[in-house]
Amino acid sequence: MHPAKSVIFFTTATGAGYGLLFWLGVLAHRGLIKADFKFGLVVFAIAFALVIAGLLASTLHLGRPSRAWRALSQWRSSWLSREGVLAILTFIPTGLFALAWVILGDNTGIFAWIGLIGAVCSMVTVYTTSMIYRSLKAIPAWATGWTSPGYLLMSLTSGGLLLSFMAAIGGYWPAVDWLVLPILFFLACGFVIKLSYWSMIDRPIASSAETATGLGEFGKVRLIESPHDQPNYLLKEMGFEIARKHSKKLRRIALICGFLLPFVLIIGQWQLPSLAVCFLGIAVIVTMFGLIVERWLFFAEAKHVVTLYYDT
Amino acid sequence: MTCLPKNPSAKKLGLVIDLDICVGCHACAVNCKEWNAAGQMAPLTDIDPYGAEPDGVWFNRIHTFEAVDTESGISRTVHFPKSCLHCEDAPCVTVCPTGASYKREEDGIVLVNTDICIGCKLCSWACPYGAREYDEDEGVMKKCTLCIDKIYNENLPQESRVPACVSTCPAGARSFGDLGDPASDVSKLVAARKGYDLMPEQATKPVNKYLPPRPKRVGNATAPRLLEHKDDSSDGAGLLARWVDRILTA
Repeated sequence: MHPAKSVIFFTTATGAGYGLLFWLGVLAHRGLIKADFKFGLVVFAIAFALVIAGLLASTLHLGRPSRAWRALSQWRSSWLSREGVLAILTFIPTGLFALAWVILGDNTGIFAWIGLIGAVCSMVTVYTTSMIYRSLKAIPAWATGWTSPGYLLMSLTSGGLLLSFMAAIGGYWPAVDWLVLPILFFLACGFVIKLSYWSMIDRPIASSAETATGLGEFGKVRLIESPHDQPNYLLKEMGFEIARKHSKKLRRIALICGFLLPFVLIIGQWQLPSLAVCFLGIAVIVTMFGLIVERWLFFAEAKHVVTLYYDT
Repeated sequence: MTCLPKNPSAKKLGLVIDLDICVGCHACAVNCKEWNAAGQMAPLTDIDPYGAEPDGVWFNRIHTFEAVDTESGISRTVHFPKSCLHCEDAPCVTVCPTGASYKREEDGIVLVNTDICIGCKLCSWACPYGAREYDEDEGVMKKCTLCIDKIYNENLPQESRVPACVSTCPAGARSFGDLGDPASDVSKLVAARKGYDLMPEQATKPVNKYLPPRPKRVGNATAPRLLEHKDDSSDGAGLLARWVDRILTA
């Protein structure tokens, strides 16, 4: 599949933003962080900026962005529609939680519960994003059980690292110390999930040029004449080969930057507490870089079965 | 509504494509373009049509495949037209977030309402067969309509009320009819020739069926001669010719 920049930005930015909102809700619910005005303003501004910028980017690739509101109507059958509806619904608890935190200076009691509801909504929204891809049977690399866990784990690690870094700057050390433990766990899970995902997509798929044409009984099928001598929409959108050429190297980069390095850096900040802010800052940058590579691969490596008609 | 029809009628309009007959002339694709670029559904966009890199929306594209039996070395060339299969479990319909994509309850035709389509392209990702294309000019998705503006058009004579690709095929490789009715001509044809689905493992239940090429004749059989050759004998020739023949032969 063609890895469109807008979709890569959409999935990574909203993932990090929702991850941030998730951990804010959890921290408040556990009473690990007080509702400080300055800290709240900055953290919520970053979280909502990531989410809103991501959602807007996803509408930019539409042929008719002015009709985007229509995408909210088909939640009964369409995961894209469900994602739109949930993204909007999630603004209600997370918005209330942010307002209470920043304006009322309160993130306890009822507001802590609202924060927790916002945390759950955030993860459900990330899940619906992953299901947009997971539900497409025509792209076997996406239609697997590994897709949704991958999206959820990477949202939790990127958002969590972002929050640890900002909490470290703000001096909320109990929150940081609590936060890094689940992040370490999720980084390890993410590492295993991505390895399993890649070993799964390297296996041959059920469809072939033989099943696509139904000519398998006559032998091995190959295209000898394309319908046209210029690439058409189908080939531009679904056919993409650069990734497969460099996939080994890119997978290594995604694993090292997205999971291994942040893991090592978190352990490093335990060993050298004086450099903890610096370590966590670097961890945020390498993780985001690793995730963008991972997401680029997720699109570029996925082979659409229509390419079987084109020998690509 | 992008849910599939809850009470679909028994009627399933579709095409039957005979791969034994198709000669790969592309006339079906050309007439499809002609009808859909000029009729009710117009325009069907072309980009840079006479330039170096022409592109555009087509509902029907013709591939040519070769199937080689690795043991015997016998190969077959098969011309393969491919358009929307109007699937019963159309994945392009259910993924649509706007309700623009729908499957008609009354005859099973899959259509796009271009007045509400947002051009998100997800339907083209969901279709295993590449039946949906994006119209860059209009910013919406387009697809084969089974010539809905032709097959029900009462201004046309009855024999013209078939999709443009069917009426134009010079070889008679394409048939149109109700594949939901086991007594219809197309259903009988599918039964007799063992018509099949493309990519059955995708579980889309296509309505359109393909008829396989008939087995290739193998052996030393030569093509029948249409003319009796007289070169080796002068029997039956005229008197003068026989006399000349006798002199020259000697």
